[in-house]
Amino acid sequence: MDNLILLNVLILGSIAFIAAIVLYFVSQKFAVSEDPRIDKTEALLPGANCGACGKAGCHDFAAACVKADAKSFANLYCPVGGAGVMEKIAALLGFTAAKKEPTVAVLRCQGTCENAPEKINYVGIKSCRLANRTFIGRTGCPTGCLRFGDCVSVCKFDALHIDEKLGIPVVDESKCTSCGACVNMCPRRLFEIRPKGANGNRVYVACRNTQKGAAARKNCKAACIGCMKCAKINPEIKVENNLSYIPSSVSADEFGAELVKNCPTGAIVCTKCSVEDKE
Amino acid sequence: MSSKKTFSIGGIHPDKFKITADSPVREAGLPEYVYIPVKQHIGAPAKILVQKGDKVKVGTLLADADGIVSADVHSSVSGEVTKVEDIEGEFGWLETMITVKVEGDEFEPAIDRSYDVIKDIPYTPEEIVQIIREAGIVGMGGAGYPTPIKAAVPHEKKPDYLILNGIECEPFLTADDRLMIERAEQIIVGAKIINKVLGIQNAIIAVDENKPEAIEILTNISRRYVGVNVQVCATKYPQGGEKQLIQAITGREVPPGKLPIDIGCIVQNVGTVYAIYEAVMKHKPLFERIVTVSGDACARPGNYLVRVGTPASFLIEQCGGVSEDVDQVIFGGPMMGTSAVNINAPITKLTSGILLLSRRITARPEEGPCIRCGKCVDVCPMGLRPFAIASFVRDNLYDELKPLRVADCIECGSCAYTCPAKIPLLDYCKLGKYELKKSK
Repeated sequence: MDNLILLNVLILGSIAFIAAIVLYFVSQKFAVSEDPRIDKTEALLPGANCGACGKAGCHDFAAACVKADAKSFANLYCPVGGAGVMEKIAALLGFTAAKKEPTVAVLRCQGTCENAPEKINYVGIKSCRLANRTFIGRTGCPTGCLRFGDCVSVCKFDALHIDEKLGIPVVDESKCTSCGACVNMCPRRLFEIRPKGANGNRVYVACRNTQKGAAARKNCKAACIGCMKCAKINPEIKVENNLSYIPSSVSADEFGAELVKNCPTGAIVCTKCSVEDKE
Repeated sequence: MSSKKTFSIGGIHPDKFKITADSPVREAGLPEYVYIPVKQHIGAPAKILVQKGDKVKVGTLLADADGIVSADVHSSVSGEVTKVEDIEGEFGWLETMITVKVEGDEFEPAIDRSYDVIKDIPYTPEEIVQIIREAGIVGMGGAGYPTPIKAAVPHEKKPDYLILNGIECEPFLTADDRLMIERAEQIIVGAKIINKVLGIQNAIIAVDENKPEAIEILTNISRRYVGVNVQVCATKYPQGGEKQLIQAITGREVPPGKLPIDIGCIVQNVGTVYAIYEAVMKHKPLFERIVTVSGDACARPGNYLVRVGTPASFLIEQCGGVSEDVDQVIFGGPMMGTSAVNINAPITKLTSGILLLSRRITARPEEGPCIRCGKCVDVCPMGLRPFAIASFVRDNLYDELKPLRVADCIECGSCAYTCPAKIPLLDYCKLGKYELKKSK
């Protein structure tokens, strides 16, 4: 009996010893030398592996940073970590970080329960992408929010929620990293990544409806009707296909209040403008 | 008559509800306006040739096929074109339609309106393909694939089977059944026309066994035509699917991503074959079709000969209107058809039925948890694993879907029909299919 235990210990022990020697030499022979700065850079990154930077993940992004020269480094940007993280990486690698404005996702639709009441009953699975393939949407607006929250399910940062009263998703600005996952998920492309603007004040058209005014208004009170009033206030604003688009270069502090006041349907949204009673 | 054939894997036996099987086809009459969509087929919308104010007759060309994968569109009524603009279609989306105000009922002079059966085919195969193209014929089984492409197969791909699809496996629908009973000889002549184009001598008319009258009539007439045989198939859903039917009749399987012609088969719906007969022998373009109006909430169900572009609501009015009982109006069959958003949408070349269904049929019971019973796997005619597809789609794991062959799904809905937990498996499969297609 004693012999058996001893024998086992000896056999297994010697196998382990031989394996250890083999592994040692193999690891020496096939060692992959990696720039240690890649790991250090990766440690600085948020580690969400969301792919918003355009790379396969955080490690890939870190490798790209280390490999980059001063010129190509300016094109690399981690939208989740933002300017702070990019500065740290730049300091580590000896570059100067390019200044980038902080951005946020905005929903270009105001088809809330109040503005666009539901007319059509839908019984399929609660998926915007399937509903978009099946029919026009419960509100009757061909470009409006479908309200099933595919964007909520894809947000990794808990920044999107369907507001119970409004019925449409609301972006939590403090949590949104503008990774762009919602932009790609929404079958109607209702999200846009826009600069946060000075003090978080930004102005944009929250509608994507290209129907003629009367048809658009039939389904939603807050639809853009392409009336051109905003285009007269600032020539940078373009109206195409009955739909206005305000580029981010239009200052919200300067024009925001005036634009909101003059929009007859309320399609223009300004986040922090002080608008006197509009009646 | 040989034994009953059927496809080997999967399939279900839903309640038949063929309540209109004995009602002869009646003319639906003319509405005040017809709305004719310029895209009633797979492919590019036809190019519009008419303007507001133009006078048209029945059979006048309204829009011309734009490219090979497209189809001509003809006027189904005589009168005046009042609008050429985007109108709300059956799903609520705007579609380009030509509105014609009906005035009288004057046909293009070339159209032969008699019911005599003409048997001699005076044209060459090339001429026949040209006639089919000019008649705007598309696959009337539902997919709307332009027929001339299917008829004009390249010479190196000579098929050895021509199968006429007389299987109407969807519950409620009886349009093809009535067509086979009332226009049996025309269908058989139509088969001989396609035979001539393809350069082969045989045709198999596949009919499922719950249509005894059609089987008897077709068998009797087919004795007089060399090469035309009637094949009785077992009643099973989705026997009428192209791939299922080929497998049932020939034992061959269509490989994924291939067409039936690649394995030497051509399948044509009997409605399409009848349209080909009328185009070739009677110079009549495709402007009317048989539509079954039925459903458990329909007061006066029946089969109607309807002009393309007739609003569905006009037809529904004739059948007793929309009562309070109606929960959904379905365009097509109850298994694969679509619930309409707008019942003023027009009947197209592809609309085989209008169903008024009550809550008893349309109700979706609450979804339970999957118990891995495998019934969906048993019934899937394509041999897929719907429960696995559903779980990956739910978690947005689209890369995992590729090995599950979700792109092969024919959207027959057998899985969702069978599921004891009432999981809407078809919805998940469709979503997976679309998303995978998008990511390619």
